[in-house]
Amino acid sequence: MSLILLIEQILNGLQFGIMLFLMAAGLTLIFGVMGLINLAHGSLYMIGAFCAAAVAGLTGSFLLGLIAALAGAALAGALVELVVIRRLYRKDHLDQVLATFALILIFSEGTRWLFGSFPLFLDVPDYLSGPITLPGGIQYPLYRLALIVIGLAVGLGLYLLISKTRLGVQIRAGENDREMIAALGIDIAKLYTIVFALGAALAGFAGALVGAIQSVQVGMGEPVLIMAFVVIVIGGIGSIKGALIGALLVGLTDTLGGIFLPEVMKLFFDPSTATSVGSSLASMAIYVLMAAVLVLKPAGLFGARA
Amino acid sequence: MTRETYVNAFTLALFVAIPLWAVVADEPFTITLMTRAAIFAIAAVGLNIALGLGGLVSLGHAVFFGLGGYSMGILAYHAQTYMSLAEWPLLIEGTKSMPVIWLTAIVVSSLAALVIGILSLRTAGVYFIMITLAFGQMFFFFAISWSEYGGEDGLSIYVRNGFPGLNTLDPIQFYGLCLGLLCLVLAFAWRLANSPFGLALNAARQAPLRVETVGLDPARLRLVAFVLSGAIAGLAGALFADLNRFVSPVMFSWQTSGEIMIFVILGGVGRLFGPVVGALVFVALEHWLGGLSEFWHIYLGLLLLLIVLFARGGLIGLVAGREAVHD
Amino acid sequence: MTEQPVSATSVPQMPVLETRGICKSFGALRASQNISLDLRPGEIHAIIGPNGAGKSTLIGQICGTLKPDTGSVHLLGKDVTHDATRLRARAGLGRTFQISSLAMEDTVLQNAVLGALGASGKPWRFWKDALHDRSLTQTAEEALLRVGLEDLARHRTAELSHGQRRQLEVAVALTLRPKALVMDEPMAGMGPEGSRLLTGFLDRLRHEAPILLVEHDMDAVFSLADRISVLVYGEVIATGSVEEIRANAAVREAYLGDEA
Repeated sequence: MSLILLIEQILNGLQFGIMLFLMAAGLTLIFGVMGLINLAHGSLYMIGAFCAAAVAGLTGSFLLGLIAALAGAALAGALVELVVIRRLYRKDHLDQVLATFALILIFSEGTRWLFGSFPLFLDVPDYLSGPITLPGGIQYPLYRLALIVIGLAVGLGLYLLISKTRLGVQIRAGENDREMIAALGIDIAKLYTIVFALGAALAGFAGALVGAIQSVQVGMGEPVLIMAFVVIVIGGIGSIKGALIGALLVGLTDTLGGIFLPEVMKLFFDPSTATSVGSSLASMAIYVLMAAVLVLKPAGLFGARA
Repeated sequence: MTRETYVNAFTLALFVAIPLWAVVADEPFTITLMTRAAIFAIAAVGLNIALGLGGLVSLGHAVFFGLGGYSMGILAYHAQTYMSLAEWPLLIEGTKSMPVIWLTAIVVSSLAALVIGILSLRTAGVYFIMITLAFGQMFFFFAISWSEYGGEDGLSIYVRNGFPGLNTLDPIQFYGLCLGLLCLVLAFAWRLANSPFGLALNAARQAPLRVETVGLDPARLRLVAFVLSGAIAGLAGALFADLNRFVSPVMFSWQTSGEIMIFVILGGVGRLFGPVVGALVFVALEHWLGGLSEFWHIYLGLLLLLIVLFARGGLIGLVAGREAVHD
Repeated sequence: MTEQPVSATSVPQMPVLETRGICKSFGALRASQNISLDLRPGEIHAIIGPNGAGKSTLIGQICGTLKPDTGSVHLLGKDVTHDATRLRARAGLGRTFQISSLAMEDTVLQNAVLGALGASGKPWRFWKDALHDRSLTQTAEEALLRVGLEDLARHRTAELSHGQRRQLEVAVALTLRPKALVMDEPMAGMGPEGSRLLTGFLDRLRHEAPILLVEHDMDAVFSLADRISVLVYGEVIATGSVEEIRANAAVREAYLGDEA
């Protein structure tokens, strides 16, 4: 177990965490402002990936693909908000769960109908492919490094959006007091559509970025969605900061656990058993982390309310 | 008798008449479909205790369904390979006996429900939904990575397990067993809803502070409801695995949790027969729509959406009005 | 007030319920400032004060939904500061809510049976029909009879009028056979006839269980209360008999000022 491997894995964990953050930030924003739990957030992730793969495949431009992912997911988000989601704000969580579960079924099958069951591939563009040499002689894929940088930039942008702009003021008002924003003369319906589309765009963007290192296929969004839930439970609902810290914790735990737990198990078992026991344990690591946070801080690390 | 009682009686009559017709008409596949519906109904009746009575929106009931399935799979696998499960501290052998398997499934899923319940009931609302979903995913990934019992591919059992005095290989006999269990579970759920515990749990859903003010602990009531609910879903899982003679991580998947919830919602939340009607309609849709279109989940999604937005009482609510069951 | 420990010999006049110097702040807002008051056997002790004086916070701390920052709460001489709501209920503290907190989908009888079930302490029965359990229904029906809701027992709680829900709140509290009652604005939203009936009822009830009464209806307070405490900005500015409070200059200034 060399230091280089360790650093590489830490970077992998960061990259994974940052992508989770893009998902979790949208979810937690939507919950914070509208009080809505959105299971279909994973579908928006998938839609982003498919838009990117389709457009990049047609035009040969990765950048156009990314733009298509942002636009496609935002559009799908706005559309879904207008047609279905806005009928759910006043309903209880059970209705929200069911309706957004229904949306998953519709989106997944719809995508399968349009694109078929075989995975699509989104290629990493030439200018981002290949390894880069980091200080200390560490070779690391340039694209993954770019994901970390892009994700952090988006996170910074989100922070500026919420803390410095007029829209941000409205979002914060919406999180604190729903009657207040009506009193301020803000068009709530429009604000909600915008926030939902923003969350959708973040998810779609993450889907497209990850789509280039994994295959683009139906059902790719839900495992990420559930991980994003773990992130939110750990970080605390409604907190963007919590989403970031939670996402990095989950990303690092999952990645490092998968590498190191089998190694640790080799101290106790023979190699093949160790690999199997270790990887089984690693698959549970983030949930154990979540359970631990629940025991210590039921409202999450940065959660205001239980 | 209320209209809901008629709906319930009619549903039960279908569960008797259709399979009998299938025997006469020699349609074994219909019997299999009805067995599937009966087993799904058991799982959904279980979930309805937590969801309808306790107000606990659990998106993790696949955990218990899956644990029931793997209880069967692992015990039967050890029996068919003649390897003992454990030799120390005491010898545990596999088994092909359904009663033993059911009991194991119930115990294992109750224990899991106890642990998951203790952790996730520290929170409420959206947190609870997300946490139960996450624990479901934990078991899913664990089952995939657990190569000893088939990992991603699952475990196949060559011969259906046995029940004393019955030939379980005969579809109608196995169906009868499942229907019998469904009736038992329904009787339990019915008594439970009217029992002192059910009354307190029902009140804890509507006015938790009131329940505390009379000296009861809503959290403990919910935990017990969650465990009972999980135990019943576990029993259903063992039956489902026996029906297919196969278990795989899919039983643990979030889709399974969602489907169990759909059964309850299709029929009507909090109504005794809601889950039964829902499971029957689901299996019928799966069969017919699935035959018409490969993409039948789109239609299922649309139907579900319509029910959530426009018919909160589910199908029973549409037919029998909005009178709830516990009265 | 009573800083010395309660000794066994003082049993006859031992307060049933007592707060000793409780303080509670929410950020910069000091909702309770060193509140010491007690409830003695057979009395109605009314708490009055303008809106935002901290009455709800005080009740929350007495009933266990809020924890005081400092100070303690004593029930029947026992320190219950760290006991949960349900433990205080089990120890004999009955409560009615300002905003009715009842199982609205359930029948009136079911709500009352819930109280009897809480009093029995045995909710872990999963088979027998609760409404066919005489030990529960008898207690429940008696309580309903006492508040005059016996004819509505089979009705859904959601169908009750506002005043009837208040009566049901009282009935549920009675099923617990409480040793002390905390009532949060039981008259609120009641018509004159309802108020009159409830006033008469509370008047008799005080001998069964003393009542800590938070109430806005001054007619009811002045006709019922043995003692009144006036809460202003989280502080008790005066405690005394009706006459003393009417005559108290500070109270007139702070609270009754524009009325007097």
